[in-house]
Amino acid sequence: MQNPKFLILDEPTAVLTPQEADQLFIVLERLKAEGRAVLYISHKLEEVKRLCDTATILRGGKKVATCNPKAETAASLARMMVGTEIKQVRAAAARQITVPRLVVNDLCLEPDDPHGVRLQNISLELRGGEILGIAGVAGNGQDELFSALSGERRSNDPGTVVIEGIAAGHLTITQRRKLGAAFVPEERLGHGTAPRMKLSENALLTGHAASGMVKYGFIDTPATLSTVDRATEAFDVRKAKRDPEAASLSGGNLQKFVVGREILRKPAVLVVSQPTWGVDAGAAAVIRQSLLDLAAAGAAVLVTSQDLDELAEITDRIAVMFHGRLSEALPTAEASREKLGLLMGGSGLDDHKEAAHAARA
Amino acid sequence: MQLVLEKRTERSNTIALVSPLIAIGLTIVTMVILFAILGKNPLLALWVYFIDPLTDSYSLQEIAVKATPLVMIAIGLSLCYLANVWNIGAEGQFLIGAVAGSWLAVKTHGTDVGAWVLPAMLVMGAAGGALYALIPAICKVRFGASEILTSLMLVYVADLFLDYLVRGPWRDPNGFNFPTTAEFDPVATVPNLIEGGRLHLGSVFVVIVVIAAAVLLGRMIKGFEIRVVGAAPRAARFGGFNSKQLILLTFAISGALAGLAGIIEVAGPVGHLQPGFSPGYGFTAIIVAFLGRLNPLGILIAGLFLALTFIGGEQAQIAMKIPLDVTKVFQGILLFYVLACDSLILYRIRLIPSSGQVPVPPI
Repeated sequence: MQNPKFLILDEPTAVLTPQEADQLFIVLERLKAEGRAVLYISHKLEEVKRLCDTATILRGGKKVATCNPKAETAASLARMMVGTEIKQVRAAAARQITVPRLVVNDLCLEPDDPHGVRLQNISLELRGGEILGIAGVAGNGQDELFSALSGERRSNDPGTVVIEGIAAGHLTITQRRKLGAAFVPEERLGHGTAPRMKLSENALLTGHAASGMVKYGFIDTPATLSTVDRATEAFDVRKAKRDPEAASLSGGNLQKFVVGREILRKPAVLVVSQPTWGVDAGAAAVIRQSLLDLAAAGAAVLVTSQDLDELAEITDRIAVMFHGRLSEALPTAEASREKLGLLMGGSGLDDHKEAAHAARA
Repeated sequence: MQLVLEKRTERSNTIALVSPLIAIGLTIVTMVILFAILGKNPLLALWVYFIDPLTDSYSLQEIAVKATPLVMIAIGLSLCYLANVWNIGAEGQFLIGAVAGSWLAVKTHGTDVGAWVLPAMLVMGAAGGALYALIPAICKVRFGASEILTSLMLVYVADLFLDYLVRGPWRDPNGFNFPTTAEFDPVATVPNLIEGGRLHLGSVFVVIVVIAAAVLLGRMIKGFEIRVVGAAPRAARFGGFNSKQLILLTFAISGALAGLAGIIEVAGPVGHLQPGFSPGYGFTAIIVAFLGRLNPLGILIAGLFLALTFIGGEQAQIAMKIPLDVTKVFQGILLFYVLACDSLILYRIRLIPSSGQVPVPPI
């Protein structure tokens, strides 16, 4: 429009479906052909390989390398980004699918702020040993679904959310944690943790409910510190001292702590939103592996993510959210990017629902 | 050269301890200038203000007497402020506590009742203050009304209500028409700790309150809830803490402590209910709470310091004809500097040469 000669894009595909991203790439190719320069900032290696002629890799605010991404593999790019070899995430050979641990029945919820999304007739069933992914473009009701599942927003109808066979729609988040549920929200700072409080205090934030950190109203400080130590040990959390403030950790290390804090409680149900958002590739691999291990140990895991590659890597089934509705879950093996992309754009969802209703009737 | 405030990655504990001292230092420098402008000898004035009161037993006891309501109110206020709710109306809760407890003293005046009167008065004072504090709290939780405005305005309601009582129904018939109740009976009076002295039982209560608050905030889950709700409300909700319930709780506690302080003051050093018996303890306690870093032990020290300025101010008035208002100026300047210095806990000051280049923040 302004006839620019030089265009900078920063993570432009975060809010796009795969089809929309493809169209963006076509436009960008055309702009390039017209002789314009494009600076494309992204952490998605496949996009960079597909689109870019030269790539500059930054790590910790410093330039690490400049290369031709088409000549590199995704793994070699990732190695440059992280500085070390990244472990491949490996699923356990045989996972036992057991009883339903998290069931959502026809959940409807009005948004509590005017820009929120109304949840409409959401149903899902998640069994032990299973990882269910929820895909969707950001802002299609994923946040609202998370609050409804966690109990930060409660429903008047207890039957809408069933945790471990107990109707929990009316229960508080503390009561749900006592039933064996654990939650990891999208925002690490300010939601998952209190930024200016120590890690031990942030361990207490979710651990006070069911982890024996509180006796007769008094805090068992050694127990909170031991949670920090165990999370540090098991998830390789890098920090300057034993018990620093949450805000002083890097994004990846804080996310490892937040995920570790919940997994150490050995939850029966884990609801996690954007587990690796803004996290370096090394930490992301640790976190994904821990989710797989948790499912292998018999827990039910619900992962909301906008990263389809991540969902393809770790989930058994994938459902798609669009405008506050949730599609039927597809087995991950059958969920091609095209199919998911169509669902993320809203087409096919209603047919799907109607077909499902018809089948039930 | 250019002054820049730069956010620290972690709050500085050193500055957190030193900041009140810097504030006191800056205040004293400002006061020296002020004394000089008033034409008084600044060094002598400082001596009369801060050293003289520490040299005799009467003044030391008087400092403890003045610090008693200040610390007790400030402890309650600190709970509110930690939870990020702003109870500005402690003065009103203080007055209503005094009125509620005095009711019993007035009704039993001259009758032959037992020693239960004083404990009952203290309970009623605390209850009165708590109920009065719950008015702004409920308005906030239920209607979203600003607790700053409602609690502040209720101070004037309390003040005028007290005025009405002592000029009307509760006036001492033998009081030569002065607006005051009769002197409380001995059973309705807070006993002195030292025969013939000024130090009274209320100071013991203050020590208990300080210890209880330290345990609550440092060791108990309820104290943790209060701090999280104030520091990160969304994380508190994620933690399962009910912020509305905590608003009511912190207001009720701070109202109860202010009310208790009120009835102790009336039934102790003052001995009867009269208008203007408080030199603004409820407002000065706000300074005490912040000067004490919202920390129970810090508040105890800050309360003693502010009490010292009250006593020193009186002596300066007598000895050097320095107006008592200078004490209030002093307290106001002190709060100003305390809040200003607090920004150094989360920020550091850096000088940047103004050569036009963009500063590179350290990682």
